[in-house]
Amino acid sequence: MGGIPHDHYEPKSGFEKWLHKRLPIVGLAYDTLMIPTPKNLNWMWIWGIVLAFTLVLQIITGIVLAMHYTPNVNMAFQSVEHIMRDVNYGWLLRYLHMNGASLFFIAVYLHIFRGLYYGSYKAPREVTWIIGMLIYLAMMATGFLGYVLPWGQMSFWGATVITGLFGAVPGVGESIQAWLLGGPAVDNATLNRFFSLHYLLPFVIVALVALHIWAFHTTGNSNPSGVEVRRGSKAEAEKDTLPFWPYFVIKDLYALVVVLIVFAAVVGFMPNYLGHPDNYKMADPLVTPAHIVPEWYYLPFYAILRAFTAEVWVVQFASLITGGIVDAKFFGVVAMFGSIFVMALVPWLDTSRVRSGRYRPAFRFFFWLLAFDFMFLMWLGAMPAEEPYASLALLGSAYWFGYFLVILPLLGLFERPQATPETIEADFDSHYPPKSAE
Amino acid sequence: MFKKTLLSAVVALGLGGNAFAAGDAGHIEDIAFSFEGVFGKYDQHQVQRGLQVYTEVCSACHGLNLVAYRNLSDEGGVTLPVDQVKAYAAQFETFDPELDDYRPAIPSDYFGSSNDENAPDLSLMAKARAGFHGPYGSGINQLFRGMGGPEYIVAILNGYTGEEKEQAGTILYENTAFPGGWISMAPPLFDEAVEFEPAHDNDVHHLSEDVATFLMWAAEPKLMDRKKAGLVAVIFLTFMAVMLYLTNKKLWAKAKRKD
Repeated sequence: MGGIPHDHYEPKSGFEKWLHKRLPIVGLAYDTLMIPTPKNLNWMWIWGIVLAFTLVLQIITGIVLAMHYTPNVNMAFQSVEHIMRDVNYGWLLRYLHMNGASLFFIAVYLHIFRGLYYGSYKAPREVTWIIGMLIYLAMMATGFLGYVLPWGQMSFWGATVITGLFGAVPGVGESIQAWLLGGPAVDNATLNRFFSLHYLLPFVIVALVALHIWAFHTTGNSNPSGVEVRRGSKAEAEKDTLPFWPYFVIKDLYALVVVLIVFAAVVGFMPNYLGHPDNYKMADPLVTPAHIVPEWYYLPFYAILRAFTAEVWVVQFASLITGGIVDAKFFGVVAMFGSIFVMALVPWLDTSRVRSGRYRPAFRFFFWLLAFDFMFLMWLGAMPAEEPYASLALLGSAYWFGYFLVILPLLGLFERPQATPETIEADFDSHYPPKSAE
Repeated sequence: MFKKTLLSAVVALGLGGNAFAAGDAGHIEDIAFSFEGVFGKYDQHQVQRGLQVYTEVCSACHGLNLVAYRNLSDEGGVTLPVDQVKAYAAQFETFDPELDDYRPAIPSDYFGSSNDENAPDLSLMAKARAGFHGPYGSGINQLFRGMGGPEYIVAILNGYTGEEKEQAGTILYENTAFPGGWISMAPPLFDEAVEFEPAHDNDVHHLSEDVATFLMWAAEPKLMDRKKAGLVAVIFLTFMAVMLYLTNKKLWAKAKRKD
């Protein structure tokens, strides 16, 4: 694998040679583990391992939880409480799984923003980026489906609101919504299929993760300098890289354990901090909660969804030219999915020849504004749909789209980037000067 | 504005609503409960007093359908001896579908549902309400004060002003902690409403803290196990982090020319 020259697995014993001719699986594992990795990777390159760990954690805790959970509208809520009260260490499994979702999203957001800052998405890593975006979408779907399963008030009303988004599609919306729900409203059929899909999608994510890793093992990792590993010869490549094992395995494990300290503290001492109290009330179709708030990790996109009301001129314009087919609700849905779609297109929207944000001063300003915008939208998503939040959400949404569709394409043309290091070795040496230079 | 008025009306009718209602949530004081914080533990005597308050006052209307009598003997909570739990359960009648009749309850039976259909079940009440939301709806102060569910319960029980009004045939009572300001539950506690044996402070404030503690236990019976596991995990992971830090430092020393 990979265009970086390095040693490959040589079967030694008789059995190894026998197996290698038939199934080169040991060679695959060896090449994956020993992949030459840019030696200047910083601490923002650890989130991939955190994500891989969290995926496994969620699958293992999820499988055990599924043994005790009952997907039926009359029993789901009680079965979760049965897990919390009567199943041995059920409270631990459930709180790990519940907060594991939050850990998953914190890690994925840091992973994505790392990619945006260091230009990891740029050629030749577009496919890695696109697969990553698909993983992110699958995670959003899985998280949403899972949140419905405890059958609390927010589960029920969240499901009602989110499936309602599909109902906004002109013409066929209501049919799609009924097809998704398995009926005219969120009910037992919905809960059953959501449980089934919540169990299925993580394995789709596993497959996508395998492709994601395959893709970036083919191109090699990106790195903070944005300069590619020299590939002229093995000796040259070895000046820029170190093997993944043991250097990055140990580094990543260290970082993972530090992250897990915080995770253990959240699970142990405040497991409900990131949840919503209303979900400890059983779903009641007759009582709408005062505020329907999605989980924190959807809030930025929820804010974008709600920002485009009928009073906004772009919405009125879209409604006018389509003869009313595109209404405010559908516009909001398009804007929400569009906000992720423009992010997926970033490899082609960023016109700069310099990969890493480290050498792009003007870019850095707009990037940090985007990071702030993301947090700002997250806060706005939790606020009631009224002024001044509505106008602020519109402002935040405008910047989100503006960053990807206007600023990034133009910045590459007008900005004057700083000089980038010649090689990864030079970048590394500037941090850790060679002894002879002292 | 219309939305808010509608919301207050819904809440006032006792049909629903919750403390998350922005802006009109009542005032809730932080209380230093013994079960809060990293080393937090249920005060066994306080949980037992809370059980008594629940039994003598709350249970007239409110149910506790997720809690079984047997849970009263579980470690890390009320922790009554098994024979006392049997005696406690035997005071109540429960419907047995096999007998098709009522019989005295045994420890494996559950406390049962509310007697008054307008009275919500209290099993998860301490987790189904948040006392603190700010600043600016960010929820950051929950980091320092906790979610505030038990505080909300105490605030409701102490929040009556004595004002009453009749609305659509229901008497509503003014309450400073209740979202919307008017609650359909009559003031349930008064000073010395419950006599403890041995004697203990029994003014409204003490009684409400006791019952809030009991309800926190009912909502989160494994809290003490959880905090213990959390502490062990944090200590163990910190130790592992130090080990890995040193391993990593040594491993990279040569590459970084620091050896």
